[in-house]
Amino acid sequence: MKYERGRVYTWEFPVRFTHWINFLCVLALSVTGYYVGRPFIHAYSSTQYIMGWMRFIHFVAAYAFLMSIIIRLYWSLVGNKHACICEWLPFTGEKLKRVADDIKCYLFLSKSSCHVGHTALGGLTYLLLFLVFLFEVFSGFALYSVNHSGVIWALLGGWLKSIMELSTIRLYHHLFMYVILVFAMVHVYIAWFSDSRDKTGLMGSIFTGYKFIAEKDMKQ
Amino acid sequence: MKFLSDDSLDEGPESMVAIGDKKVSRRDFMKFCTAMAAVLALPETFAGTIAEAIEKKQRPYVVWLEFQDCAGDSESMLRASKPTISQIVLDVISLDYHETIMAPSGKQAEKSLMDVVKNQKGKYIAIVEGAIPLKDGGVYCCIGGRTALDIAKEVCGNAAFTINVGSCSCWGGIASANPNPTGAVGVGEAVPGITYVNLPGCPMNVENVTATIVHYLTFGNLPVLDSRHRPYFAHGKTVHENCERRAHYDAGQFVRQWGDEGHRQGWCLYEMGCKGPVAHFNCPSVRWNGATSWPVQGGHGCIACASDHNWDVAYPFYGRLPKVPGFGIESTADKIGAGLAAATAAGLLVHGIGRAISPKKDKEEGGE
Repeated sequence: MKYERGRVYTWEFPVRFTHWINFLCVLALSVTGYYVGRPFIHAYSSTQYIMGWMRFIHFVAAYAFLMSIIIRLYWSLVGNKHACICEWLPFTGEKLKRVADDIKCYLFLSKSSCHVGHTALGGLTYLLLFLVFLFEVFSGFALYSVNHSGVIWALLGGWLKSIMELSTIRLYHHLFMYVILVFAMVHVYIAWFSDSRDKTGLMGSIFTGYKFIAEKDMKQ
Repeated sequence: MKFLSDDSLDEGPESMVAIGDKKVSRRDFMKFCTAMAAVLALPETFAGTIAEAIEKKQRPYVVWLEFQDCAGDSESMLRASKPTISQIVLDVISLDYHETIMAPSGKQAEKSLMDVVKNQKGKYIAIVEGAIPLKDGGVYCCIGGRTALDIAKEVCGNAAFTINVGSCSCWGGIASANPNPTGAVGVGEAVPGITYVNLPGCPMNVENVTATIVHYLTFGNLPVLDSRHRPYFAHGKTVHENCERRAHYDAGQFVRQWGDEGHRQGWCLYEMGCKGPVAHFNCPSVRWNGATSWPVQGGHGCIACASDHNWDVAYPFYGRLPKVPGFGIESTADKIGAGLAAATAAGLLVHGIGRAISPKKDKEEGGE
């Protein structure tokens, strides 16, 4: 190893915690949500309660997911600079240039540079993912509010019904599941790819919070 | 007039009750009032209140307009069984104009309509069946030389309130389905500013029409309405909530194909495209044709006939999710999703191979 590497505490506990809650929720929501959309298990007796359990798990996971989003949003205000929501926003000339650099880098068109926090492209991806998450929450509660009248459901998603038809809401709620799954595949691959290239301990950092950054890259 | 039912024949002369200038069997009358209390989701004890109101009040004048429609709502009304059409016409209302079932025709018919509009101004009830076309000055539906819009403006504008029966008069119905060649809209949109109740459905359920009028007679006002002007008593719950096959849904027992074992066993029609979970209607509790059956009981999924623009947005009727716009007609969301996932996996594989064959650049430049 040519450069000395420093151990940098990057992802604080709430960031890692919500990451893994999100992981579990997306897993549970995708499996149960797919079943609700296309019941792939055949019940052999009317005493079974498969759809009932699937929906129950889906709703509980949905609440956990919403809480996780709220915790993460709160931490983006009070956490360290890598947790800040401003890391996601690409709306400066310099950030946009870094997004372009990152894309080139992943396409083997330029050499890599290490980052302590998110890359600019990563930040932009999380911004879009966050918007998808928000849509899934609102559309989910919109569908839930069909059979649950009450102010809370109206606020959490019922209002969407006045903009979109229920069948359209259901379709996009379903389609965005695939968007999230595609994200998850790319996310894991790029994390592994970057880690094996830059040796920053990225894969471990989401468990421990620490990244290993070369001295020359520390300022970034 | 003596009102006879099987019961009164069996039991001989009964006490009679006078409704206006008619006399009907007390037993039948109370049965009717109890049925109405049930449809309105009122406690049984309200049957007495309803009976009192109907006995004392003068029967309201009702005119029934028919525009762009199939007369299905008139058919539904004629098939009313509890109360029967004769009970409705004799006990509850005074039906003064209905193109399909009235005796007069031509100018005499139009005169009887105008008589009610002039003499009972602000007191009569207008029932409208059928959509109102707005395109090209409304020429696509004319009666006696007047456009539907013109007639609706005068008749509904002067009524105490308007009841729109069937989806066509509520939001345009099948006449307004894409591409809506005649510019058909519902009465609420065509004649803004009027007081109206929407009783959608294809056709509407006559029990709900009678119940709305009975509510008006009993309490002096209209039932509580939702944001789409539909009464909560009829459209407050989804079909799915009260469906008799709901237990099969929760269990996970679904019809997979028409005529399969599950279909014969009467399992849930969710996978066959039943729109019960998004349709608000009291079909499962009130049912149809004298409460003998309703679509799901007959083995066919709900098509959300009482939901706005169901012909366009509840489509496909025999599939769970709508087709994805911009893709081929056979593309379902799941096919697209699986395609996306496969494309991503392939992309990542190619990228990984790319990385494997060009690792040297990084190594030379000193990462390692």
